[in-house]
Amino acid sequence: MFDIKALYEAQSISDAVRLLEEHPKARILAGGSDVLIKIREGRMAGCELVSIYGLDELRGVSLDDTDALRVGPLTSFSALENDPLIRQYICVLGQAAGTVGGPQVRNIGTVGGNVCNGVPSADTASTLLAWDAQLELTGPGGMRRSTVEEFYLGPGRTDVRPGELLTCIVFPRESYENYFGWYIKYSMRNAMDIATLGCSVNVKLSADGKHLEDVRAAYGVAAPTPIRAKKAEEAFRGAEITPELPKLFAEAIQADICPRTSWRAPEDFRRHIAGELTMRALQECIRLAGERSTK
Amino acid sequence: MSVTGKSVPRVDAPDKSRGRARYTADLCPKDALIIRLVRSEIAHGRILSVDTSEAERVPGVVRIFTCFDVPDRPFPTAGHPWSCDPAHQDIADRLLLEKHVRYYGDEFAAVVAETELAAAQAARLVRAEYEEYPFVLDQQEAMQPGAPVVHDAYPDNVLKHTHGQSGDWEEAVSEPGLLCLDKWYETVPVQHCHIENPICYAYMEQGRVVVVTSTQIPHIVRRVVGQALGLPWGKVRIIKPYIGGGFGNKQDALYEPLCAWIATQLDRTVLLDLSREETFGCTRVRHGIRFRLATWFRPDGTFVARKMESYAQQGVYASHGHSIAAKGTSAFAQLYRCKAWEYDARTIFTNTPTAGAMRAYGIPQVTFAMESHCDDIAHMLNMDPMELRLKNIMEQGYTDAFTGNVNRWPSHEQCMEKGAARLDWAARRALYNEPQTGPVRRGIGMSVFWYNTGVYPISLELSGCRMILNQDGSLQMFCGETEIGQGADTAFAQMAADSVGLRFEDIHVISTQDTDVHPYGSGAYASRQTYVAGMAIHKTGLALRARILKAAEEQCGVPAEELDVRDGLVIGKASGDTLISVADLAEAVLYSLDHAEQLSAEETNQCRSNAYSFGCCFAEVEADVPLCRAQVTRIINVHDAGRLINPALAEGQVHGGMSMAIGYGMGEQMLFDPATGKLLNGNLLDYKLSTAMDHPCLESAFVENPEPTSPFGVKALGEPPAVPAASAIRNAILQATGVPVDRLPLTPPTLFGRFREEGLL
Repeated sequence: MFDIKALYEAQSISDAVRLLEEHPKARILAGGSDVLIKIREGRMAGCELVSIYGLDELRGVSLDDTDALRVGPLTSFSALENDPLIRQYICVLGQAAGTVGGPQVRNIGTVGGNVCNGVPSADTASTLLAWDAQLELTGPGGMRRSTVEEFYLGPGRTDVRPGELLTCIVFPRESYENYFGWYIKYSMRNAMDIATLGCSVNVKLSADGKHLEDVRAAYGVAAPTPIRAKKAEEAFRGAEITPELPKLFAEAIQADICPRTSWRAPEDFRRHIAGELTMRALQECIRLAGERSTK
Repeated sequence: MSVTGKSVPRVDAPDKSRGRARYTADLCPKDALIIRLVRSEIAHGRILSVDTSEAERVPGVVRIFTCFDVPDRPFPTAGHPWSCDPAHQDIADRLLLEKHVRYYGDEFAAVVAETELAAAQAARLVRAEYEEYPFVLDQQEAMQPGAPVVHDAYPDNVLKHTHGQSGDWEEAVSEPGLLCLDKWYETVPVQHCHIENPICYAYMEQGRVVVVTSTQIPHIVRRVVGQALGLPWGKVRIIKPYIGGGFGNKQDALYEPLCAWIATQLDRTVLLDLSREETFGCTRVRHGIRFRLATWFRPDGTFVARKMESYAQQGVYASHGHSIAAKGTSAFAQLYRCKAWEYDARTIFTNTPTAGAMRAYGIPQVTFAMESHCDDIAHMLNMDPMELRLKNIMEQGYTDAFTGNVNRWPSHEQCMEKGAARLDWAARRALYNEPQTGPVRRGIGMSVFWYNTGVYPISLELSGCRMILNQDGSLQMFCGETEIGQGADTAFAQMAADSVGLRFEDIHVISTQDTDVHPYGSGAYASRQTYVAGMAIHKTGLALRARILKAAEEQCGVPAEELDVRDGLVIGKASGDTLISVADLAEAVLYSLDHAEQLSAEETNQCRSNAYSFGCCFAEVEADVPLCRAQVTRIINVHDAGRLINPALAEGQVHGGMSMAIGYGMGEQMLFDPATGKLLNGNLLDYKLSTAMDHPCLESAFVENPEPTSPFGVKALGEPPAVPAASAIRNAILQATGVPVDRLPLTPPTLFGRFREEGLL
């Protein structure tokens, strides 16, 4: 039995905005796989909820006329994993979604909820960050866009302003075209777990396939929020692909991340794993990119 | 046709697989009042006062009981049969609610409300004023002078210390040329993680209190409830429906006494349904035990002298107490031969959740220590670990004077031989001994184990059985021993069918036990039920068969001695011809106008024997050194459990135990905040119980040496499967990486630390 004061079910995006304005203390309920756990634990006892779960217009993946890939925030992890457009253009996002929890959670939990709840371990967040996704938030003043980086304010805090809800996750064409990515979730067991560390790397190779035209790397649980390794990326943009490159890049990202010690894992362990995962993910990205270009 | 030895389907499978089987929560009336416990938010202190005023204003709250309302009548909780000898009685150190709270989560008040929601809301509003005391979380720190005292009656916190020795120690260790390995090994508390949390409801009926509960031990719970409430035991009735696992956690009277007491105070049914978090933090755990093992041995690997110190973390209440550590000392003293051995075992109170019974009762801990130690010696000597074990293992014919256990067969040798062949031990061991330098390295390890079946002669082994024949030749069977998910009802039905001479499908086991109806049995613990209940079933079955034959003699005019019952038919022994079916006979006898009778039998059997149950595990791992993790790639358990009553069920039992042991070895631990004593990971996300994705295919094999003390040739298989895997995996990692890891669980952060220390990273 859940300690909920009221549940308002939105009929449309504008209805959701209206309900959120009318009930400023209300929390948004999507799949509920995070919110209901908190309520069960008594952490949000007596809360009001605005459910957006019935808004089918917020589900699914499409390409718009600029070839931007648009992901509805209510798209479940399992739907994302199996979506043909995601598989074609940002396959790694589906793979990341496929590492969340177990099948039941992947069927109910949503990619939007994964980002909006602000936890650093969100499996899809590092990939959204690593692929320069933009977030569309709709509120009383209309729609605004935010980068994922700006959106994360701190641990558990995201920039969802009063009356707002996330209405789309957008990948402009230039953010995904010719990029190849890999995500490695490191967790203490092989299923039903949260990330001890998440590492999402992607690359775009030069025309000759011998240089990194671009490299992007983002991490979960390597800082209070999901973060990008911007300095390392900058340093290695244009770098020649050599056998030592992944190791050098892995060393470089160490300066960008700031994991901490918690009872779940110590800082030095997380730092070590981040390096090892980066090396392996970058190797895999280069392999994937090379494979595609030789086809 | 004999049905024992056949993999017949479980009798409860259709109901359980279709969702028809009814568990405690399914049976509880919907209008039952809900009990919610209020728990201390400090690790040690005294409750000075409890303010319930705000909580009482929550609509739907019926009553709030506090530690100042309950009787001052300490009771024991351990699921042991009662002893009439005060020296052997369990320690009575529990009250229904505690004024002296001894760990973070100790219950000091109980809210009773109309709904779960009201109970939860009110529970959050109950305020306690504490006098705070210092607390101690580590058992060896708790032994230090000046450490916080958990129970005033135990000023040094040592619940019990036992010492044992054999042989001439000085003579043994003075042998020239001996080598010695002296090391510490550590296991930590873990939780049972049965699917169904502890749950019970209670109500008054005809001046007696009735408790329906998810327990392994209905008759023992009845006695404990009687003791806790100060009621004659006949005023207490316990009903045990199907249960969703227990693994020893429900071999304790956990919350039945409190629930029953509240029912006596209110004229309503009351339900106490624990959350998973409470199950983790506030029921029972496996003892974390730290061991120091020292072995003196010859350069050829022969053990000469062995010494063990063990320090078991009891937590706050005595529960099963020192029995767990004590069982470990038997394994230590007996598993390997030597000229002299010596042990000191201590069980120590700490301000952590109470440790109690958990599958294999102290043996997974001591096996991790002993079997890791064994491989460390083999490593030192550059010797094959199996060869080292074969050189030193308990000899055939060994007799334990205390229990009367006899090592009748070369079980250890046969099990090792079988396991080694299945996993191609010699070849793989040699292959992985080749230098490995890459990130991914492989190793194969093994572990043997010592176990025994029941609790004789320490505790009573009394088991009752009743059989009532129906007019159609089928029968109802009431056993004192309990089905807790392991398949007991099925094995019991198989044994009953063979004992009487009926068909398997004609045996109706009355699974829901009721202490008003069922004969006494101590319940599901140790690995005793098939052994002990088997004796009672056999005895009762023979008595019923004799009655059937007597009735057949009257009915058919053939002397009973010339008749037999087989497959539900009365046959002539010599001819094999059918004289009458048991169905026709039972009908004729029950409705006879001259000599009507319902054929039935009831017997109680006191088992006065015990039986060894040995085996081993072989495990292969792939260790990814830079990622600090190991994946088990092959694993097999081999058991000599005597004759198998139901091979498919036996295999299931072994798989379940292996899964538990893999979790024990690789991931499970309870983490406490050193600043507050609060359990940090008391949920199934943060407590890393292994999943199917963490296991390879679980393999099992058996050696079936018949146990002569059992009418069916059986011995333990309930707990032993959970014993050897952790040490076998640890030893495989040792071969793969050259790094001994001496503390469970073998988590990535632990491997990271060890790999760094050893220069691998």
